Amino acid sequence: MLNFFANPNRFSRISAKVVPWFGGGTIILLIIGIYFSLFSSPPDYQQGNAVRIMYVHVPAAWTALACYVFIAIMSAISLIYKHPLADIACRSAAPLGVGFTIIVLATGSLWGKPTWGTWWVWDARLTSVLILLFLYLGHISLTHAFDSQDRGAKAAAVLALIGFINIPIIKFSVDWWNTLHQPASIARLDGPSIDTSMLVPLLLMALAFIFYFITMLLIRMRTELAVRKTHALKYKMGH
Amino acid sequence: MNGISLLIIRDIKLSFRNGSEAIMSIIFFILAGMLFQFGLDPNSRVLTQIGGGIIWVIALLAAMLSLGRMFNNDYEDGSLEQYFLAPIPIVFVALAKAISHWLTTGIFLVVAAPLIALFYNLPNTILMPLVISMLLGTPTLSLIGSTGAALILGSRNSSVLIPLIVLPLYIPVLIFGSLAINSAVEGAEYNNFLMVLAGLFLIALALSPWATAAALRQAIE
Repeated sequence: MLNFFANPNRFSRISAKVVPWFGGGTIILLIIGIYFSLFSSPPDYQQGNAVRIMYVHVPAAWTALACYVFIAIMSAISLIYKHPLADIACRSAAPLGVGFTIIVLATGSLWGKPTWGTWWVWDARLTSVLILLFLYLGHISLTHAFDSQDRGAKAAAVLALIGFINIPIIKFSVDWWNTLHQPASIARLDGPSIDTSMLVPLLLMALAFIFYFITMLLIRMRTELAVRKTHALKYKMGH
Repeated sequence: MNGISLLIIRDIKLSFRNGSEAIMSIIFFILAGMLFQFGLDPNSRVLTQIGGGIIWVIALLAAMLSLGRMFNNDYEDGSLEQYFLAPIPIVFVALAKAISHWLTTGIFLVVAAPLIALFYNLPNTILMPLVISMLLGTPTLSLIGSTGAALILGSRNSSVLIPLIVLPLYIPVLIFGSLAINSAVEGAEYNNFLMVLAGLFLIALALSPWATAAALRQAIE
């Protein structure tokens, strides 16, 4: 499959056909997910309706982590196989990761104020997600810091792989340290401990966010490929 | 004498020649340490409570200040390409650079840290954990910093980029270093934090020369 998409034109053609399906799927899943989150799921016995922030906060967190893992895998592919589209995938995915991480931190603060009584606390998971945000920002700055695009992409690939150590820290920080953020209740070896009425909207919203990520990623990648083609044509015509 | 020692001696000689650049970090460390005394009430208990964290933060910033010139001079005059042609693997060159950075910056931070601790009314019981944590932490900072410095070689605004890339990777060292000192101030057990610092040092020692070598290889292409 790697070699199948090595031809940028083939990638552009196939993704042009696929993007409308993912876009439509995003909208449908968002509508169903929001309906389930806001209306069809029960309020929490302790937090009341404030628990519904979870249906944005948790899927955004999953997507932000998945985006970083995606960037790390693409960085490895770029460095090892020198796949022509891997760099473009990293460069396109990083701003999406920044967006989702900011959503996680903002919705987390908004949820923390009524339930924990504080906007922010330096517990392990919040700190490591903030570090994830800075890793993303460093990745984007490093990509654009060089006159040669390839050099920027390769340096950012090394940075992405170095920062990958943060992902297990984020995932397992709530198990290792017993501080304010609640421990894992879904991705555990014993299976989810959350009730089905809350698990369903959570998974729907997560799927919606992933579809959104894929849609935006493909659109950004095709745009980047078109920009590079334009530059190559201008260069060939002598400008 | 083997290649690594030759490289380290060369770097130390060069940093003695540009004396002002090498001293910059240590001067910053001492001056910044004194600034908090002017900003806060010198006799208050607040200084004792925050002293451990502050010493570590300004040690981090002092270590970061000198990162810009680690590879830049060699990159600009072509010696970096000669390192690749030398019989030593580039991984050991990266290690030698980190060692020489620590010998010209970090070791002075370790020596100056007890002096700074005087400014913060810290009790004498913290001197041992302070020195040990700095001895374990500053080489880690040099190692991680060498990777950051290698990544931004040849970039446009490297002085802004270095803090953005290096500080997130420095944060675990900062957390455990200041936890060690703060536990010692309270009289609690601090050995576990020193163990974690030792672990971070070993991880950095094992992995960062490889990452630095990969970054240097990209820089000369």
